[in-house]
Amino acid sequence: MTSRYQIRNLSRRTKSENGFSASETALAELAARVNQAAKMQLGRSLAIRHVDAGSCNACELEIHALNNPYYALERFGLHFVASPRHADVLLVTGSVTANMKIALERTYAATPAPKWVVAAGDCACGCSLFHENYAVSGSVDKVVPVDLHIKGCPPNPKVLLEGLLALLEINAPSNAI
Amino acid sequence: MTSLKDILAKGKEVQTGRVFPRAVFGAENHDLPETMAQGELDLLGLWGDDGCVHAAMFDRRDRMTGIVTIEAAKGHFPSFGLHFPAAVRMERTITDLFGLVPDGAQDTRRWLDHGQWNVSTPLGQQISAPPCETYAFLPVEGESLHRVLVGPVHAGIIEPGYFRFHASGETIVRLEERLGYVHKGIEALLQGADVETGAKLVARVSGDSTVAYSTAYARAIETALGIDLPPRAHFLRGIMTELERVANHMGDIGAICNDGAFAMMLAECSVLREKVARTAFECFGHRMMMDKVVPGGVATNLDASGISCLRTLVAEITPEFASLMELYDSEASILDRTETTGILSPELAAAFAAPGHVGRASGRNFDSRRDCPHEPYSMLPAFDIPVLKAGDVDARLRIRALEIPKSLGLIIRMLDHLPDGAPFRSMNAATGQICEGLGITESFRGNVLVWLRLSAEGTIERCHPHDPSWIQWPLLEDVIRGNIIADFPLCNKSFNCSYSGHDL
Ligand code: SF4
Repeated sequence: MTSRYQIRNLSRRTKSENGFSASETALAELAARVNQAAKMQLGRSLAIRHVDAGSCNACELEIHALNNPYYALERFGLHFVASPRHADVLLVTGSVTANMKIALERTYAATPAPKWVVAAGDCACGCSLFHENYAVSGSVDKVVPVDLHIKGCPPNPKVLLEGLLALLEINAPSNAI
Repeated sequence: MTSLKDILAKGKEVQTGRVFPRAVFGAENHDLPETMAQGELDLLGLWGDDGCVHAAMFDRRDRMTGIVTIEAAKGHFPSFGLHFPAAVRMERTITDLFGLVPDGAQDTRRWLDHGQWNVSTPLGQQISAPPCETYAFLPVEGESLHRVLVGPVHAGIIEPGYFRFHASGETIVRLEERLGYVHKGIEALLQGADVETGAKLVARVSGDSTVAYSTAYARAIETALGIDLPPRAHFLRGIMTELERVANHMGDIGAICNDGAFAMMLAECSVLREKVARTAFECFGHRMMMDKVVPGGVATNLDASGISCLRTLVAEITPEFASLMELYDSEASILDRTETTGILSPELAAAFAAPGHVGRASGRNFDSRRDCPHEPYSMLPAFDIPVLKAGDVDARLRIRALEIPKSLGLIIRMLDHLPDGAPFRSMNAATGQICEGLGITESFRGNVLVWLRLSAEGTIERCHPHDPSWIQWPLLEDVIRGNIIADFPLCNKSFNCSYSGHDL
C-alpha cells in the first residue's frame, strides 16, 4: 500500500545541492604534500575516520550534517568508516587533550599508509581558546602530521565538504604521474 | 521535614544576587548532607572552590533553588555521595581538581585525572603529579562472562569515552563507564579571564547546547552585577534556546531510530535539523547561534525578515515533523526496538534527581524553565511540560517528540509578543567589590547551571559550568543492565549525554 507520506513526496525535487567545488586554499595547502604513490593507491574515493581529540561537539554536529541529504557526502566518493584500519583520511577535531593524546597517536598508527590527516575546526588548527594548559597538548599537528587545515568554529558543512573535495581532487588519477 | 529555606537560614547568608540564595556552613556541620537528604531536596550540582564545596539544591515541595556551601577543614568535607548518589563522580572530580577529600566516600578512585597531566589538583595546591597508576575497574566475577571494551575512540562521529561491558551471552550484566577524555581544563582557563573571554569559553563547554550555556553564563554575570535586561533581549534568548532544543531533539530522534535500523527517520530528521540550522544562520548569523547570547543581551537583533523567516520555518516543519512521528508510530519494527528497552525506573530517576528528558520520561516532573523561574519563561503564560512514566527508550524519544511542537509554539508566542527596543545593554563588570551569581537554563538535555564569582576588577575569580550529563551518565550504566549489547546504541542515544560538558 502506498502511504500518504510517499504520495506527498512524489512531486518533490531532490534536496541534494550542487555547486560544491574543491576549496582553492585547501588545494594550495595540499599541493605541497602530494605524494605520487599515494595518488596511485587512493584514487577517486576516500574513506574517512573521524577522531574527536578534545572537541566541544559542535564540530561533530557539522560533520554529521555532511551526511544529510543536502550535502550527501557519499555521492562524491567520500564516506565515513568505523575503523582507522579501513581509513584513508583521519578527520580530527578538537585541541588534543592530554587524556586523548595516546588514543590519537594509536589511531594514527592503526591507519594504513598512505593516509591523510585533516585538522577540522579552530581547536584542531590551534587557533582557539583551548590552547596549551595542564590538560591540553595543543593543536593536532603537535601530535600527528597534518596535511590539511580546515578552520572555523565550527567549520560549516560547505567549508568541510570543499576541503574534503580538494583532497579528492589532489588524489584524482588524472592528476597522477 | 527539613526545607531548603530552614537549612539556608541556619548558615551564614551570602548575597549571591537577587534570584538564588546561598548560605555557608562551617566544617563542623558533618551531618548537613544527611539532613538535606531527609528533606525533599534534589541535588542539582556539586563543585569545588578554594577550601570549600558548593551544592546547588532544589526543594521539591517549595519549588526553591539555593546553594549550600560547606567549608573544608584541613582539606576534608562531609561526603554528599553517601546520601545523594549522583554526587559520587562530582566528589571524585573535586578531589582530582582541588585536592579536597569527601569524608566517608566509598569510591575514592580518580575520575577526570587519568595521570596524563603534569600536575595534580590543578585548581588546588598544584602539586607535581604522582606516577600514573592503572585505573582499577570494578571487579566482575562469574561463570562464562565475557568482556567487550569500547573506546575511547568510538565507531561513529561522536565524542570519546570508554565503555567496559561484561556480558553473559548477549545480555549485559555490567557496564562501567570511564570518562574524562576531553577534559580541557575549562575551569582553569576561566580563572582570571575577563567577562568576554569567559563568555566564549562557556559557549564551548558543550557545543550542542551553546545557547543554553551562554544564557546561563550571561544570567550569572547579570545577576552578579544586579543588571536588568531590556525585555527584547530575554525574548530573543528564549527564541534561540527553543530553536536549539528543536534542532537537537530532531537530531536525537533520527539518531535513535537509525540505531534501530530505521535509517529513513535519520535522513528525514536530518533534513529538518538542517532547515533549523539554516534559519538560525539567516536570523542570527551562525548555524548554532554560538556567541550570539552575550552578557548584557544578545549580539544580533532580529529584523522583520528574520521574524518572517522563523515563522516560515515553524509553519513548514511543524506538519513535517508530525508526519514523521506518524511514521514512527506505524512501524512495528522500530517500536519493537524502543519499547521496554533500557528502562530507568521512576525510583532511580527520583533518587538521582535525573535532569531533562531522562527524568521526565521516568516520571520526574521537573523542568527548570518552570521550576527555577527565569526570563523569558517567567514572562510567558504557563506551558505544558510533558512527563511520561515508562522510562524506556521509547519514552525518552517521545518526550523529545512532545517537546518539539511545544518549543515551536513558544517561538511563535515570543515572536507574537516580541517587545520593541534594544536587545542589549552595556555594563561595567568592575564594581569595586567581589560579587557572584548563578544562572540556570533548560538545555535540550536538562538544566545547565553556571555559577561564578567576579573580582572587584571585574575578572572571573571562579566559574563552574555544570552539565546535566553529570547525573545522567551514571544512570545509563543502570538502564543497560539486562539488555542485549545490540541495544546499547539505542539506550545511549536516547540519553545522549554530553562528554565535553561533563569532562570540562
Ligand atoms: S573549533 Fe569551535 S566548534 Fe570546533 S571543537 Fe573547537 S570550539 Fe568547538
